Amino acid sequence: MPDDRPVRVLLAKVGLDGHDRGLRVVARILRDGGFEVVFAGLRQTTDMITASVIEEDVDVVGVSMHNGAHLTLAPAVVASLRDAGLNTPVVVGGIVPDVDLPKMLEAGIYAVLGPGASNAEVVAIIKAAAGATTDEGTAKPAGTGGRT
Amino acid sequence: MGDRQKWQAEYDRSSRRDVPFETMSGVPLEPVYGPEGAELPGQWPYTRGPYASMYRSRLWTMRQFAGFGTAADTNHRFKELLASGGSGLSTAFDMPTLLGRDSDDPMAKGEVGRAGVAVDTQADMETLFSGIDLGTVSTSMTINSAAAVVMAMYVGVGDRTGVARQALSGTIQNDILKEYQAQKEYVFPPRPSVRLVTDLMRFATAELPRWHPVSISGYHIREAGSTATQELAFTLANGFAYVEAALAAGLVVDAFAPRLSFFFNAHMDFFEEIAKYRAARRIWAHWMRDRYGATDGRSLQLRFHTQTAGVSLTAQQPEVNMARVAIEALSAVLGGTQSLHTDSYDEALALPTERAARLALRTQQVVAEETGVVHVADPLGGSWFVESLTDELESQAESVFAHLLEVGSGSMLDGVIASIEDGWFGTEIADAAYQFQSKITSGKWVQVGVNGYTDGDDHQPPTLYVDPEVESRQLADLEAIKQARDDDAVRSSVERLSKEATDPTLNLMPALIEAAARYVTVGECMGALESVFGTWVERSYV
Repeated sequence: MPDDRPVRVLLAKVGLDGHDRGLRVVARILRDGGFEVVFAGLRQTTDMITASVIEEDVDVVGVSMHNGAHLTLAPAVVASLRDAGLNTPVVVGGIVPDVDLPKMLEAGIYAVLGPGASNAEVVAIIKAAAGATTDEGTAKPAGTGGRT
Repeated sequence: MGDRQKWQAEYDRSSRRDVPFETMSGVPLEPVYGPEGAELPGQWPYTRGPYASMYRSRLWTMRQFAGFGTAADTNHRFKELLASGGSGLSTAFDMPTLLGRDSDDPMAKGEVGRAGVAVDTQADMETLFSGIDLGTVSTSMTINSAAAVVMAMYVGVGDRTGVARQALSGTIQNDILKEYQAQKEYVFPPRPSVRLVTDLMRFATAELPRWHPVSISGYHIREAGSTATQELAFTLANGFAYVEAALAAGLVVDAFAPRLSFFFNAHMDFFEEIAKYRAARRIWAHWMRDRYGATDGRSLQLRFHTQTAGVSLTAQQPEVNMARVAIEALSAVLGGTQSLHTDSYDEALALPTERAARLALRTQQVVAEETGVVHVADPLGGSWFVESLTDELESQAESVFAHLLEVGSGSMLDGVIASIEDGWFGTEIADAAYQFQSKITSGKWVQVGVNGYTDGDDHQPPTLYVDPEVESRQLADLEAIKQARDDDAVRSSVERLSKEATDPTLNLMPALIEAAARYVTVGECMGALESVFGTWVERSYV
């Protein structure tokens, strides 16, 4: 990550899930926190995400999932990035049951931001992710609380 | 005849449930209270309810939304809900079905049967309703982009099982406008999508007299982050837009308006929610009579389904959600809802388990049987606070209508579509969502278990496990159907669809019903339409 510009975060929904409230709120939290947000929005494929990461020189990828498909789609995002030779950390936000967290970690997800994660937690996790150059993360839920 | 006499005559004519209308201590209760000259339920402008006798005649329909896995899995859950006293079915479809994609579509990977039931062909619908008499049960189907396709399949199931089309009773959501504004399950651009909505309205008006072809929904607008006022205003504006579209398609207002219904959210601000339902009824009555010339009382009476706010549920201390749901359900009933879905307490974690879904239904049954609130219509009518809040929400909604009419140069349909196209609705809703989040962050709004009273979050209930094998089972079933069907018939149905799509004066329902009977898939039908209508990509906004 270059030192002379703000951390650049790509925010996307993968697949068909249209629940974009959380993603839009996170976009504003990150902008307020001094990040640069590349808002890819809805119906992104893994290839589209990887292409945007290269094109926009993205530091962290944030994907939002409320459709129960996280164990299929989140690892696919990581795999697509790694296949393209990118180490970009991937943070997942949304509804991920606790029992799935170890599998998310194994798949190389940097962190999972659960429902009810505070603004400060969101900013801290993205900042930490941007500082990490590998995908050795902690799939520890930051805030396990209610969707708001 | 004065209003009081008219109300009394209607009340006397209505049927009555066989229960004593009195308090627990035996104090006899009037069907409605108020001074001479006060508004009355079932009477213009219907603020106090669409019917004179309200819940004394019939309780609301307890309609629990369910769907996951394959059609057979959901069929089992339907039968369980009917057996435990549920009075209507409500179907949740999976994301690929909602967006008109087949289970074998590459974009469907990981989402088949996840958040609802997977339907690829009419064969899945036959399984979904197997052993259930479509002539006696009322079915709600929550689907929008692919509504016309799935409706054609439902009609097909009725045809095959010998149920007359006039006997089919239920609701299909078929409200595409709020998809662009909030839920984002769109496929085609707004104008051809509105044509599909009106095609289904025309078909239902002609052939399905007991069917509600559109459920104009504020629920999703609220879940996406809007305020109560925005939910009220945007939803009714969409309703007016559909009325204008149907009139433009040649329908007569009193022929279709009695079958329009609404769907609202029940959130946590108790009195504001009640005021919202009351204001909605009053606004609808005024606009339908004064702007659209409706004269049939049923065209003026706004009837609505309610669901408690999924977004108000917390993953922390999830059992607390049962209290939230009870309070929200009570607001819907005090607001005069016609049907209700109560959320399960585990829904912030996953799809509900069978046990949690039953507890949610039991919550409604407690409100209905134990609280006594059903004896008197609009029990909060006349409260200075509630009446004042009702007026305030009405006046704020009217400002939004004025804005949209200005944007549409006098047409609500044009105003709504233009405000979808330029991202106005989305920005308004995103602003409200962010402001609410900021209140939680700053502690100005305390959400129990999230930013206050956080001790004791030590019990995670068991959550529903959707077998990942669902996807492969569904793919195998789809492959078998494709092998067995008549390829020439499929091809000719697909060609007919894309041909008829090019002529906006034609109703696409007959072609869709023919395609469904030939086991043309949802994806093939939608693909044929998409080749003519094109695809919608929303304008970027944050």
